[in-house]
Amino acid sequence: MSTLLFSVSLTGYLLAMTVYLVFFFSQNDRVRSAARGLFFAAAIVHTCNIIARLVEAGHTPITSVHETISFFAWSVAWCYLSFRWRTTVRNFGTFASIMVAVLMIISAVAPAEILPLTQNQRSWLFPVHASLAIIADAFLALAFIGALMYLLQERELKNKRLGFFFSRLPSLESLDKLNQHCLSIGFILMTLGMFTGYVWARQIWGGRNWHWDPKIVWAMITWFLYAGLMHQRFTMGWRGRRSALVTMLAFCAVVLTLIFLFKGIHHHGA
Amino acid sequence: MERETIVLLGVNHKTTPLAIREKLALSGGYEEPLAALGRLASISEYYLLSTCNRVEVLFTCREVERARREVLDMLFAGSVSREEVAGCIYQYEDRDAVHHLFTVAASLDSMIVGEAQILGQLKEAYRFAAERKASGLILNKLLHKAFSVAKRVRTETRIGASAVSISYAAVELGRKIFGDLRGKRVMLIGAGEMAELAAEHLVGQGVEEVVVANRTLERAVNLARCFKGRAVGLNELVQVLEEVDIIVSSTGASGLILTREDVQPVMRRRKNRPLFFIDIAVPRDLDPAINELDNVYLYDIDDLKNVVEMNRSEREKEAVKAARIVEEESLKFTAWLEGMAVTPTIIELRRMAEEIGRGELERTLSRLELSKRERRSLEKMVGAITAKMLHHPLQYLKSAHQGVEQRQRIENVRALFCLDQENSEGRER
Repeated sequence: MSTLLFSVSLTGYLLAMTVYLVFFFSQNDRVRSAARGLFFAAAIVHTCNIIARLVEAGHTPITSVHETISFFAWSVAWCYLSFRWRTTVRNFGTFASIMVAVLMIISAVAPAEILPLTQNQRSWLFPVHASLAIIADAFLALAFIGALMYLLQERELKNKRLGFFFSRLPSLESLDKLNQHCLSIGFILMTLGMFTGYVWARQIWGGRNWHWDPKIVWAMITWFLYAGLMHQRFTMGWRGRRSALVTMLAFCAVVLTLIFLFKGIHHHGA
Repeated sequence: MERETIVLLGVNHKTTPLAIREKLALSGGYEEPLAALGRLASISEYYLLSTCNRVEVLFTCREVERARREVLDMLFAGSVSREEVAGCIYQYEDRDAVHHLFTVAASLDSMIVGEAQILGQLKEAYRFAAERKASGLILNKLLHKAFSVAKRVRTETRIGASAVSISYAAVELGRKIFGDLRGKRVMLIGAGEMAELAAEHLVGQGVEEVVVANRTLERAVNLARCFKGRAVGLNELVQVLEEVDIIVSSTGASGLILTREDVQPVMRRRKNRPLFFIDIAVPRDLDPAINELDNVYLYDIDDLKNVVEMNRSEREKEAVKAARIVEEESLKFTAWLEGMAVTPTIIELRRMAEEIGRGELERTLSRLELSKRERRSLEKMVGAITAKMLHHPLQYLKSAHQGVEQRQRIENVRALFCLDQENSEGRER
C-alpha cells in the first residue's frame, strides 16, 4: 500500500516539476495553476504514504535511507506550501518542486524495505529528535533555494546584463526576506533537534556523552555555521550576497551530515 | 447631402518644444475654451484635450480651412503668434484623424509609450465635452471607440508592461532590488529635467519622500516643493545617504560628486540596506567603483539605455501588435463613417419609394369598394413591390465591392432616382 502511494506521489511531484518548468519558460498563468494543483495533490498523497508506512512499520518511518529522504522531501514540500499561504515569492515553486522531485528520486532508488528499530532507536526521543532535525533541514533547504535564486538575480543586476532570470525571479528584497524567514525557523528547529539529540545520547550512552562520531561532529559544525550566520545577520546587518553565500555553504554541511548519517544507517543495517 | 469632415489639430511633445507647449496648454481648465469653441459657427461637434505633453482639438465641420483658422485663433490667439502655431501644429482629417486619436488613446504616441495615464486624461476631457453637449453622434461614437481600442491594446499586448524609457527602466530596476518602492526615499542630486522626470515616475510608484540636493539651494527648494519633499545642500550629501534608498544624480559638474570611499562607510551605518544609484549625468557624477560595493547597485545612463535596448525587441513586437489593433479599429470606424455618408441617401430613397407607393395606393383605393381584408392585402403588395425594387439599389449603395467609388455610387443612385431635385416634378408627377 505505502509503496503504491509512494510511486503515485513521486509521479505527481515529477509532473508538477515538469509543469512548473514549462511555466518558468512560458510564464503562462494557467500553467502555473496546474502546477500548483499537481504539487499540492502530490504532497497530500505523500502524506498518506507516510501515514501508511507508519501503520505498516509500527514506528515513525525515519529509520532507513529511503524513509529519511522521503520524509525530508515531504517536509520540504509542506514547508514550502506552509508559507505559500503567507507570502508569494515569484517562481519559488519551480525551484522547490525541483528539489522535492530530486529528493524523491534519490529516495526511490534507496532500498525500501522496513528496517527493524535498533536498541537505541526504541527511545521515544528518537522520532522527536529525527523529525525535528529533518524539518529543520527542510527549512534550511528552502533557505538554500532562496539564496541560489538571490545569487542568480543579483548577478544579473550587478553585471547589468538583464537576461533570462531578471524578469522571472523576484526582487532581491523578497528573496532576502525569504532567506531570513527560513533561516530563523530552521535554526530554531535545528537547535531543538540538537538538544533532544543530546538528551537521547545521554539516555543511551549514559555518562559517556561524547563520541567522535563524524555525523555528530558535522552536525556541530553545521550548527555553528548557522549560529554565526544568524548572529551576523541580526547584529552586523549581514544580508544579501554574503549572507546568501554562507547560507549555501552551510547547507553543504547539512548535506554532509546527512551523508554521514546514512553511512551510519548502512552500518546498522549490515 | 455631404458628410462633415472630422478634423484633428494639435501639438505634442514630438513636434513642439516645451517652451511653446507651456504657452499653448490650457491652464484654466476645459470650461472656458469649450464655451469659446461653442460660439464658432463653422464647427458642429467638438472636443478638446490638454495634457502637459499635448493639446489637441477634434471637431467636425464642412469647410475645413475656415474652421481651422477660426479654431486656432480662438484657442491660441494671444499666447503665441499665428506663424509660430502654424510651424508646429499637425492636422489630420477623417481616417487619419481617427487613426491618430486611437494611437493617442492606446498610449502609442506618449512620451513614455504604454503609460496608462493618457486614457484617464482622455476620458476626463471627453466628460467635459459631453457635459456641454459639445460632442454629437460622430464624436461620441469616435471617443467611445477610442476608449475601447485603448482597452483592447492594453489587454491584448504587453506594451504597458515593458520598460520603455530610461526613467521607466530605473523604476523597473528599483522594483527588482527593493521589491516594493512604497516607503522608500529618493534623493535627487541636481535638479535637471531628466531627474525631475525620473522622480515623477518614482513618486508614481509610491516613493515616500523626495530629497533634492542642488548647488543652488533655491532651485532645490523649488523642485522639492513640487514633490512635497525637502531640500539639502551638496555638502550634506553623505549624511543624507544614510536615510535614502534611491539616488538619481544629474548635475552638470565636471568631476565626481560621490566616490567609493564616500559610500563605503555609509553602508556600515545603513546596516547594509541596499542603495540604488542612478547616474544620468554626462560626464558622470558617480564613481563607477561604487558598483563594486556589496548591496550597492550603480547604473549610469549607458547601462540604463542597455536595459531599455534589451526590452526593445519585445517591445517592438508588442508595438507592432498594438499598431495592428489601432489600424484595424480605425478601418472599422472609417467603414462606419462611410456608412454614415450612405445613410441619408438610403433614407431619402426609402422615403421616395414609400411616398410613391402610398400616393398610388390612395388613388386606386379611392376608386374601389374593397373589404378591409382586401385593402390590407393590396397595401401589403405595394409594400413588397417597393421593397423588392429597392433591394438592389440599396445593396449597390452599401456594399464596398462594386468596383466603383462610394462617392460615385451615391451620385449614381441619386441621379438615377432624381433624389437631388427634391419636391420637383420628379416626385409629384
